[in-house]
Amino acid sequence: MAKYVVKRVLLALLTILIVSAITFFSMYTIPGGPFSSEKALSPAVMAALEARYGLDQPVPVQYLNYMRQLIFHHDFGVSLKTGRDVFETITTGMQVSAKLGLSAAAVAIVCGLVLGSVAALNRGKLIDRIVVFFTTLATSVPSFVLATLLLLVFSIQLKLVPAWSATNQSYVLPVISLCMYPMAYITRLTKTSMLDALNQDYIRTARAKGVASYKVIFKHALRNALIPVVTYVGPMIAFIITGSMVVETIFSTGGLGSYFVTSITNRDYPLIMGVTIFLAILMVTANLITDIVYKIIDPRITFD
Amino acid sequence: MNKPLKKHLLSSQIDLAKFAPASDAEKSQQEVMSESTTFFRDGMKKLMRNPLAVGAIIILVVLILTIIIAPMVIPYGYDEILKVDGKRDKTAANLAPFTYSENEMAYMEKTGEKLFPHIFGTDKLCRDYFARVLYGTRVSLTVGLFASILVMIIGVVYGAVAGYAGGKVDLVMMRICDIIYSLPDLLMVILLSVVLRETLGNAISGTIFASLGTNMLSLFIVFGLLYWVGMARLVRGQILTIKENEYVLAARTIGTKPGRILRRHILPNCLSVIIISVALQVPSAIFTESYLSFLGLGVSQPMPSLGSLANEARSALQSYPFQLVFPALMICLIVLSLNLLGDGLRDAFDPKLRR
Repeated sequence: MAKYVVKRVLLALLTILIVSAITFFSMYTIPGGPFSSEKALSPAVMAALEARYGLDQPVPVQYLNYMRQLIFHHDFGVSLKTGRDVFETITTGMQVSAKLGLSAAAVAIVCGLVLGSVAALNRGKLIDRIVVFFTTLATSVPSFVLATLLLLVFSIQLKLVPAWSATNQSYVLPVISLCMYPMAYITRLTKTSMLDALNQDYIRTARAKGVASYKVIFKHALRNALIPVVTYVGPMIAFIITGSMVVETIFSTGGLGSYFVTSITNRDYPLIMGVTIFLAILMVTANLITDIVYKIIDPRITFD
Repeated sequence: MNKPLKKHLLSSQIDLAKFAPASDAEKSQQEVMSESTTFFRDGMKKLMRNPLAVGAIIILVVLILTIIIAPMVIPYGYDEILKVDGKRDKTAANLAPFTYSENEMAYMEKTGEKLFPHIFGTDKLCRDYFARVLYGTRVSLTVGLFASILVMIIGVVYGAVAGYAGGKVDLVMMRICDIIYSLPDLLMVILLSVVLRETLGNAISGTIFASLGTNMLSLFIVFGLLYWVGMARLVRGQILTIKENEYVLAARTIGTKPGRILRRHILPNCLSVIIISVALQVPSAIFTESYLSFLGLGVSQPMPSLGSLANEARSALQSYPFQLVFPALMICLIVLSLNLLGDGLRDAFDPKLRR
């Protein structure tokens, strides 16, 4: 077990290092610096600005400087456009994004488990078909399409949910558009693993000795059906993070995802690097925890 | 002739006297009940019995025929600004479906000629929206298909080599896979398309790639770099089990070269897995392409793709919602039918799900 954990942690660290290196070096192959879009600056001013931000040094040196600052001082640098601290920008962005993402994840898990179990227990009946139809539909609608359609129908046409503003922060539509796909996926997973569990001998034994049927379902079937769902949590978090980039932009809620999109168009190197590395750490950590938890809760899996 | 042979007590020689010729009724029992079938034909038969998959195939065929034939029929190009009587028609912006602009109405009244209707209306630059959506569908489908084929080729070759070679080669190749697999893919895709879009322009100018456009090319490069890993793992896993079979050993014993063994004996046996995975890769490639186009990182203007059309429509969502609805529904329709087809193929061809 310990060997496995160490191996996974090392792989995760390596991944984060590779992501940071790819981000850093590829940013520097883009022609045109962060100051090129503004008014023509005199060469002296340009040189002064570049020296101020350390842009005049060789790229590998800049990378090492950046990583040293990051690791020892938790310093992501300063945004070249706004002059604000990148780490501060990330933390303010995270307040919106985390609320949005966590509620979407919670809704997806709860609804997915319920729908999946209901479908499995009523296999072949009308309700099962409705659930299957819904999941097929939901996995075919990209989150940005769903988000724009929801905005169109509920905010603009029906005026049921007001558009996002400082005074009115309704999470309903963004959460729905983010959670739909993971929810459908969890429903499918739960259904298949629940059907699998319900056919096991221990369920028949429990039924035969007269255990109440809700107890059979919750204590024996669902607990075993949960295991495959756990493996999906890591990928789900990655999906929600990338989905939030467009969803936050569409609903103009602000947040880390929309910062990422605007920082790309602004060529704001420190902000792009900071957000990419931060999101990569988030995704890699989610996957790491998922893998380790999976090995802990399912004793049938052998460690290598 | 048939006189009983003198038999040794323990001889296993058959005593023919104990046997009688079979009657016709008995012979007919031995006839094969159903036609002999191949793996492929059997799978197709199963696929055709799945109503959802058949529906998906019909929708896809209709769609593909439409995007091939319709641009020949309608007189408007996807990047053509509408003209009436040779002059630019400035009143034709943002028309609703099946309406004509003022100039067009005047022209029709004057000459009595019937102009071709704007089935989906027009966009803000006075271009026929139906032509744009059709062309966008074409772009999205093509990108999805070719990206998946690219992923398949790289993945199959890599996975086959790793799986067949085994040992240290396999270990190193799979570690590389592990690392690429653990990268947050969409994040890297966005990053790489930003960078490639900016840097490719100079590198390809003058070559045949220039006509593809940097964005399209960077999409393919990104797919080729990141998405083959899943396929490579799948193929490697298949090959690890298949290469233990006796017929592979037999082929090796008579001195067949590894390349031939891979091509003749191993790859045909993992074909079903490859087909299923490609079929499911196409919708996810279309998904990614439209996502990137939606962020403004996909195909370049004036070439439309479904994602970029949806993105452009966003700015005028309040006044002209139909401009969003058409491309959005088209994406959903394509992805839905491809998903259903992929699921159908998996049910029909995956031996593990067979009962």
